[in-house]
Amino acid sequence: MILYLLCFILLLVGLYGILTKRDLIKIILSASIMGYAANLLLILFAYRNGSIFPILRKGVEAMPMVDPLPQALVLTSIVIELGTTALLVALALKLFQKYKTYDITKIRKLSG
Amino acid sequence: MDNKSGMTIIVKTITRITVPTIILYGCYIIFHGHLTPGGGFAGGVIIALALLNVMIAFGREFTNNWLNINFLEKLESISATLFLVLGILGFLIGTAFLFNFISHGELFRLFSAGTIPILNIIIGIKVAMSLFLVVWVLAGLKLDEGESL
Amino acid sequence: MILPFFIIIPLLTAFLIAIVAGKKDNFANGLSIFSALLLLLGAIYNFFTQNQEVIVYKIGNWDAPIGINLVQDSLTIFMLIIVGLISLTSIIYSRQYIRNISTNWKYYALFMFMVTGMNGVIITGDLFNLFVFMEIALLSTYALVAYGGKAEEFEASFKYAIMGIVSSTFILVGIAITYSATSTLTLAKIAEQIPHINTKIVYLVSGIFLMGFGLKAAIIPFHTWLPDAHSSAPAPISAMLSGVLIKALGIYVLIRIVYNILGAPELFLKILLILGAVSIIIGVLLALAQWDMKRLLAYHSISQIGYIVLAMGIATPLGIIGAVYHLLNHALFKSLLFYNAGAVEMGLGTRNLKRMGNLTKIMPVASQTSMVASLSIAGIPPFNGFFSKIVIIIAAVQADKPIFAFVAVLGSILTLASFMKVQRYGFRAERMINKLRHRIGWGMNVAMITIAFLCLATSLLIIPGIREFTLDPIMSVIMNKTNYIQMVLGR
Repeated sequence: MILYLLCFILLLVGLYGILTKRDLIKIILSASIMGYAANLLLILFAYRNGSIFPILRKGVEAMPMVDPLPQALVLTSIVIELGTTALLVALALKLFQKYKTYDITKIRKLSG
Repeated sequence: MDNKSGMTIIVKTITRITVPTIILYGCYIIFHGHLTPGGGFAGGVIIALALLNVMIAFGREFTNNWLNINFLEKLESISATLFLVLGILGFLIGTAFLFNFISHGELFRLFSAGTIPILNIIIGIKVAMSLFLVVWVLAGLKLDEGESL
Repeated sequence: MILPFFIIIPLLTAFLIAIVAGKKDNFANGLSIFSALLLLLGAIYNFFTQNQEVIVYKIGNWDAPIGINLVQDSLTIFMLIIVGLISLTSIIYSRQYIRNISTNWKYYALFMFMVTGMNGVIITGDLFNLFVFMEIALLSTYALVAYGGKAEEFEASFKYAIMGIVSSTFILVGIAITYSATSTLTLAKIAEQIPHINTKIVYLVSGIFLMGFGLKAAIIPFHTWLPDAHSSAPAPISAMLSGVLIKALGIYVLIRIVYNILGAPELFLKILLILGAVSIIIGVLLALAQWDMKRLLAYHSISQIGYIVLAMGIATPLGIIGAVYHLLNHALFKSLLFYNAGAVEMGLGTRNLKRMGNLTKIMPVASQTSMVASLSIAGIPPFNGFFSKIVIIIAAVQADKPIFAFVAVLGSILTLASFMKVQRYGFRAERMINKLRHRIGWGMNVAMITIAFLCLATSLLIIPGIREFTLDPIMSVIMNKTNYIQMVLGR
C-alpha cells in the first residue's frame, strides 16, 4: 500500500511542478515526472510476490511470472511520452526564438 | 576530414571504434526481439544513439556529408508503409489484419515466430530514423535567429 | 470486414504523402481528398449495410481478452460519418487556405494522422488502444495548432499540449487502476466485471475518467485551453478541433464509459447535468464579451458541448437522442462558422468584429452561409439547431427537471444575442470595405455551401419515419448495456 501512495505522491510532485514552475523546460520535466509516476503505477500493479520476469528461456522450467501485459503497456506509453516530450521541446525552442525567454510569465500575447 | 569541427581527436578516435559496435549491438537486440527482452523499439533507440554519437563527436556538417538525411526521412516513412503492407498481406493471405501468415517455426530459434521478427526489424528502422531525426532537427534550431518581437 | 480500413487508409495516406510528395502540395492535397472521400463512402456504405447489428473485428485473429478488437455499432458508424464529412470538407477548404501559410505537404500528413487517431478512438473496443489512438490524434493536433508559425500559435499550442499531457496521464492512471481491478482491458469485459468490483474503486476510476475525458471535451472547469487553441489554429483545423475532435475524444468516450461500461450510475448523471448546465451558461457569457470572431466561436463550443453533456445527464431515451442529434448538428454548424471566420480572416486580414463590414457585397458566399450557421446555432427553425435544442428541452421537462430546461432556453437566447452581434457588427456592418486581400476560391466556397446545405438537410433526421433508422438505433445502443456486452463478446 505504501508503494502505491509513494507513486501517487510522485504524480502529485509532477502536477505541482506543472502548476507552479515558471520555466518552460521545468514544466516539460514535470510533465515527464507525471508520466513516470503513471508508468510506475502500472508496473506495480503487474507485480506478484515471488514471481520472475515473464520470459520463457530454453532449458528453464516455467515458473510463476509477473503479468507481462502492463509491461507492454508501459513500453507503449514510454514511446508516446517520447513523442510528446520531443514536440514540447520543439515548441519551447520555437517560443524561445520568438520571445527570447523561457519564463512563462513573460510569454503573454494571448488574452485570457 | 578536418579536425576543426566537432570534439577533440581523442573523442573522435574512440567514437570511430565504438559506433560500429553499438550499431551491431542494436541490430542484435532487434533480431532477437522475439526471444529476449528488447525488440524493435529498444534496438532502434540504440542505433539512433550511435548515430547521434557521431553527430556530437564529429559535428553536424560532417554527419550531413556522411549520411543522406533526405534518404533517412524517406526511409522512416517507407518502413512505416512496409508495416502496413505486411498487415494488409496478413489480411489477404490469412484471415485478419496483421495475421501471422508465415510458419511459426520452432521455439527459441532465431528464424521463428512468423512475421514478428520482420515487424521488429521494420519498427527498429522506423524508431532509429525517427529518434535520430528528431534530435537532428532540434539540434539544428538556431536559438538566436528568427524574428523577435 | 472493412472496419480496420478506417485506420489503415488515413495512416497509409499520411506515409505515402511523406514518401512521394515533393516540395509542392498538389499531390498531397489530391491524395488526402481521395482518402477522406473513401472514408466517408465507407462509413455511408457501413450505414446502409449494418442492419443494426454489432460487428466485431479481431486484429490478427486473436480472440477478445487476448487480442485487440474493433467494434462497429450504430454509434460508431454515426461518428465515422461525422468525422468523414467534416474532414473531407476541411481538406477541400484547406487547398486554398493553407497555401497562404505554406505549401508544404506536412500539413496533410499531420491532418491524416489526426483522422487516423479519431477513427481509431471511435472504432476500437480496447481501453488502452483507445488511449494510444487518442494520443496520436492529440500529438498531431498540437503540431497543427502551431502550424501558422506565429508567436501566439506556439503559445496556444504549448498550453494545449501541457493540458493534454496532464489529462492523458490521469487517463493512464485510470486505465492502470481499471486493469488492476478487472484484469482486462477489453471494454465489453470491463463492463461485465463492473458490478462485481468494489464500488469505491468504480467511483475513483469514473472520477478520474470524467476529469481526463472531460478535459478533452472542454467541460467547464477544464475548459481553459480551448479558446486559445481553437482560435489560434488555422481555420480548417479550428473546424476539425471544434467540430469533431472534442466530440470524438471527449463526448464519444464519455458516452461509452458512462452508458456502455458503467451502466449510467445516478451520481454520475447528476454530475453531468450540473456540469452541462454550468458549461452552457458560463460558455455563452464568456462568448458574449468577445470581439475576436474565432475566440467567440471557441467559447460557443464550450457552451454547445454543455448542451450535449446536459442531454447525456438527462438519460431518458429522448435525452440521448437529443445529445446525439446535437452532436451532429454542432459538428456541422460550428465547422461552418469556423470556415466563415477563416474566409473573413483571409479576405480582410482581421478577426476583429469591429473592423469588418459590407461583407454581403464583397463576400456573398461566406456571409450568406454564416447567416445559415448563426441561425442554426441560435436555434431558429427550420435549421437543425432548433430541432436538437427543442428535443433536449422537451426531454428535460419530461424528466421532471424544469430548472435545466430553463437553463437550456436561457443559453439559447444568449446564443442568439451573441450571434446577432456577430451579424450586426461583423458581416452586415456599415463600414465600407471594398477591397479583399485575397479572393475566396472555389474550394472554400464549395466547402461552405456543402455544410450550409447539410445544416438544413439534417433537420429532417428527427422526423418520425426517418428517425426510426437513423437516431433510434444509436439511442438503443447507448441505453442497452447488457446488449453491448453480449454482442461484443459473442454470447
